[in-house]
Amino acid sequence: MIPLTYMMSLSAILFSIGVAGVIIRRNILVMFMSIELMLNAVNLAFISLGSRLGSMDGQVIVFFVMTVAAAEAAVGLGIILSIFRSRGTIHADEMTLMRW
Amino acid sequence: MPPFLYIFLGALAIVSALGVVIQRNPIHSLLSLIGTLLTVALLFIAEDAVVVGLLQIIVYAGAIMVLFLFVIWLLNLQTESRPTGHLFLKFIGWLGAAALATELFFILAPPHLQVQFAGAPAGYGSMESLAQKLFTDYLVAFEVTSFLLLAAIVGAVALARRLPAPAADAVSAAESVPAMEQMR
Amino acid sequence: MTFDLIASAIKAVLMILIGLNLSIFLLYFERKGSALIQNRIGSNRVTVTGIGKRLGMPNLGIINTLVADPLKLFTKEDFVPAGADKFLHTLAPFLALFPVMITFVVIPFGDSITIAGHRVGLEAANLDSGALYLLATIGLGVYGVVLAGWSSNNRWSLLGGIRATAQMISYELAMGLAIVSVIMTFGTLNLQEIVRGQGGSWFGIIPRWGLFTQPLAFIIFLVAGVAESKRVPFDLPESESELILGYFTEYSGGKQAVFMLTDLAEQALVAMLLTTFFLGGWQVPWLMPDGFHLPGGALLAVPALLVSILGVLAFMVKVVALCIFLGMVRWTLPRFRYDQLMRLGWKGLVPLGLLNVLVTAFVIVATGSVQ
Repeated sequence: MIPLTYMMSLSAILFSIGVAGVIIRRNILVMFMSIELMLNAVNLAFISLGSRLGSMDGQVIVFFVMTVAAAEAAVGLGIILSIFRSRGTIHADEMTLMRW
Repeated sequence: MPPFLYIFLGALAIVSALGVVIQRNPIHSLLSLIGTLLTVALLFIAEDAVVVGLLQIIVYAGAIMVLFLFVIWLLNLQTESRPTGHLFLKFIGWLGAAALATELFFILAPPHLQVQFAGAPAGYGSMESLAQKLFTDYLVAFEVTSFLLLAAIVGAVALARRLPAPAADAVSAAESVPAMEQMR
Repeated sequence: MTFDLIASAIKAVLMILIGLNLSIFLLYFERKGSALIQNRIGSNRVTVTGIGKRLGMPNLGIINTLVADPLKLFTKEDFVPAGADKFLHTLAPFLALFPVMITFVVIPFGDSITIAGHRVGLEAANLDSGALYLLATIGLGVYGVVLAGWSSNNRWSLLGGIRATAQMISYELAMGLAIVSVIMTFGTLNLQEIVRGQGGSWFGIIPRWGLFTQPLAFIIFLVAGVAESKRVPFDLPESESELILGYFTEYSGGKQAVFMLTDLAEQALVAMLLTTFFLGGWQVPWLMPDGFHLPGGALLAVPALLVSILGVLAFMVKVVALCIFLGMVRWTLPRFRYDQLMRLGWKGLVPLGLLNVLVTAFVIVATGSVQ
């Protein structure tokens, strides 16, 4: 049996790396990938706790998270594509149109 | 699963997750992300979530990541040559992430998080148990998700579609060229 | 415990060896069988000191295709083009081969037998979600091709890679739908159980194979499987007249050989999957555990050991026959155009697959065979 501490720390570290990716990288695509990383870290926590509690709800929620992630990826990548078409870049620093 | 295997897979997941953030070439980032997803899927399977782990490989590694790859190709992204952002801000970013990790650890570590250990019932994590839950307790959420997917398809098509040129047929195209010239 | 572990390891190695051997058979068929189909002579040059010729035997080209060619490929210079991503360029062929190899382990090649008091199932891994595992590994097969196309720093390669990705993703969907209808028919994800469900016969004549319960799924799976293994008529990613060789234009030597092996292994895999899902796997028509139940009602008793051996033999015969059929398709049909390929995938096979799933569901509910 794996100690719960291991699982929770792995999940926390992965989530933080995802957060760091969103903060540090300026490429929208890589920021998007980091968001997927964060989703995965949360999924890992759900699965670990679910298996400890002996309940299937964690797995069902992970199933939903994956579905929503698929929808999110489709729309998000569509947005990135149209940003690239209209602005010619996907560098987050250059998208200053909405800045006051 | 013996603990050393868990530590090994966990380390692999962390290293490839770091790769996502550190690599300069988006394709290398993507490959690192795929590595993380696969190791996380293995961890799912180790935690008796076999179906969800395999679904993770099918949905994430098999479909979503290929979508990312396609977009990287469409945008013709090259390695980022110029420095991105201030070094100081980057440092602050890493610091913040480390602080977040510490905080999460203290919140989620067992002394604070009380978990009633329960033995997994028979057939835990099988297709039947997942479907049972999905089509009884979570039926409404399931249907709503299917509508969400439909909306996402429509949205993605609408976003990625190129608007048809104002002059579609040849005759009007020929007419419109001088008009464009005049406008210039 | 130890016995099971050793048995599993032996079975896994055995299954992968079967896959590789089939690939080598297909390599021979690719050279000499194609010559037979196209009324050519084919490779017949290499001999060992001309012994066969002196004895008046025809040169079957076995040494040519199975020894000389691979030896030549593996001793050639391993070339990495300038500006290519060296690491990914080297990794790509193995990334393409690996998912195919690990898919072989779930395929059941025989009924379970009893060795020294232990019951041993004749499949390397008896997974309860075998069909899902299958879809997962097939989904991973895209990456090798994609990375080969991208890392070669060559336009033809990149175009081939993009074509391959779009094609494999599109046809994976149709393949998945075909598998879903089979799963619904037999009510299990376990491949061994699916094969068991195909035992017996209707009216004592027609075997209960997936081919007869799900004929539409069989056709969809066949077409999607050929497309998935990127063979003619679906070899758009590597069409030599347009893209030179597509994603493996820039590959030479051993890595090129690994790619060719992957192609052949994929063909063998498609044949095995078709056998498992639709041709009854290791089921011999009319053969029950106690012997042959002939159509007239007569019983021809067969000892249990012979039944097992006949099962394994039946699996092999079916797979090899399908391999030859796929090879004949490959050497008979011309190549599609790319838009035709996409139209067939998205407007032909996917709607048909959905319809098939729907009809299957209706029939299952109407006949009340749902648990």
